[in-house]
Amino acid sequence: MRLEMKDAPGQLVAALKPISDVGGNIIAVIHQRDPGSDEDTLVVQIVLELPEGRLGELVTILKHQGVHIQRIGEERFLYQRTVILIGHLMHTNLSDTVDRIDTTGFAEVSELSMRMPAINERSSSRLTIKSVTKDDMEKAISILRSVASEKDLLLIEPLEEIA
Amino acid sequence: MKVVIAGMGSVGRGVVEMISKKSLGLMVTGIADSKSGVINNDGIDLGGVLEKKQKTGYCGDKKISATSVINKADYDALVEVTPTNATTGEPGLGYIRLAMGRKKHVVTSNKGPIALAYKELKKLAAKNGVALRHEATVGGAIPIFHTIGQGLAGNEILAIFGVLNGTCNFILSRMSDEGLTYEQALLEAREMGYAEADPTYDVQGIDAAIKLVILANTIWGNGVTLNDVNRTGIDLLTPDALRLADDEDCTIRLIAEAIPKKGLLRVSPRIIEKNHPLVVEGTLNAITIQTDMAKEITLIGKGAGSIETASAIIGDLLFIRDRYVERS
Repeated sequence: MRLEMKDAPGQLVAALKPISDVGGNIIAVIHQRDPGSDEDTLVVQIVLELPEGRLGELVTILKHQGVHIQRIGEERFLYQRTVILIGHLMHTNLSDTVDRIDTTGFAEVSELSMRMPAINERSSSRLTIKSVTKDDMEKAISILRSVASEKDLLLIEPLEEIA
Repeated sequence: MKVVIAGMGSVGRGVVEMISKKSLGLMVTGIADSKSGVINNDGIDLGGVLEKKQKTGYCGDKKISATSVINKADYDALVEVTPTNATTGEPGLGYIRLAMGRKKHVVTSNKGPIALAYKELKKLAAKNGVALRHEATVGGAIPIFHTIGQGLAGNEILAIFGVLNGTCNFILSRMSDEGLTYEQALLEAREMGYAEADPTYDVQGIDAAIKLVILANTIWGNGVTLNDVNRTGIDLLTPDALRLADDEDCTIRLIAEAIPKKGLLRVSPRIIEKNHPLVVEGTLNAITIQTDMAKEITLIGKGAGSIETASAIIGDLLFIRDRYVERS
């Protein structure tokens, strides 16, 4: 997000503190003085990770402190899970398998590694899936389960313990 | 306390050997195998029986059946260690009913009767005022039911995760460590005596699923059966899949899991971090219990073996002695 605040001592720290207060994690702070800009204000870009649903709360706190939010960038995928698929992956149209996840709009296959021992032998691939929320991840895995059963592939899921 | 032992396979022999070697305060008054039996209400000479069994294949007199030993001997607890039949539970199921009808406590390592008729047998035990203990049915020497029943008393058990089949764990360990194919690792497991001639029971996850059913019924009393378990075996795994997992510092293990709140009862090969406590080597078993107060507890131990299983049975016998027999 891109923030505009008063160029006075302590202002930047005051703007960053609420991020950790709502359980967020600051990945990067980009702070550049624009020579053409008004001397009184400071524009800062912050890249951060936030728990689901906390963005609204953060925005309210920042506004309350007199920080002007110029722009909120795209929400990025936070949840990541790796699965392994075994079977005749090419013959059963691997790109369709990946598409079934990518076309959901809420999850995507971000990485794919494949090992093919020989023609006609079963191949193995590792897929990394990303999603914004945990629920979306459950849905994506459930889609993969039905694709695997439809295409006679063995799906190996990661062990996710309940906390 | 007086004990009768039904079944003289590797587990039964292990129990007899340990009772004769250690001074546990247990006296054996009856022993039966599938073809013979022996009764002596003043205590059987255990060394003599072990020798006879080894030399002739019979533990006693061919005219004395297991049923008559269970019916006629003077004893407090039956140790029922006959072979598992997952379809009928017999002959163990009948022996257990018979002993309980005579108001005798029962300790068993037999998965068949416990997986098939746990509810009925628990009721029968309560009706007759006796105990039914089956520590040896799950995880071999691991005291899982003692841990849950005594050590974790008062905790709500939220979930169970386990490596419950040593054969599968051995095969997967070898595939992961040495890059063997499934077929090569299975062959090795057979040579080491870890796998049966027909490995279906183990590699398709049936054995692990039966143990999961026993765990679920014992802990939550939810009456689930083998058919309720969502089951995938390890026989279709490729060495490539293990390498792909290895690239991410993970491996693949056959995990049995039960999470009642999610209605989840599943046995399947899973990607799991190598430093996870459930990643154990070779034929070892491991069980993680998740509870509300204690949080996570993992037990690791030998999942099979004559003396190892005898350890679980003797633990049950001494529990019964301390809690029931010596009180009265």
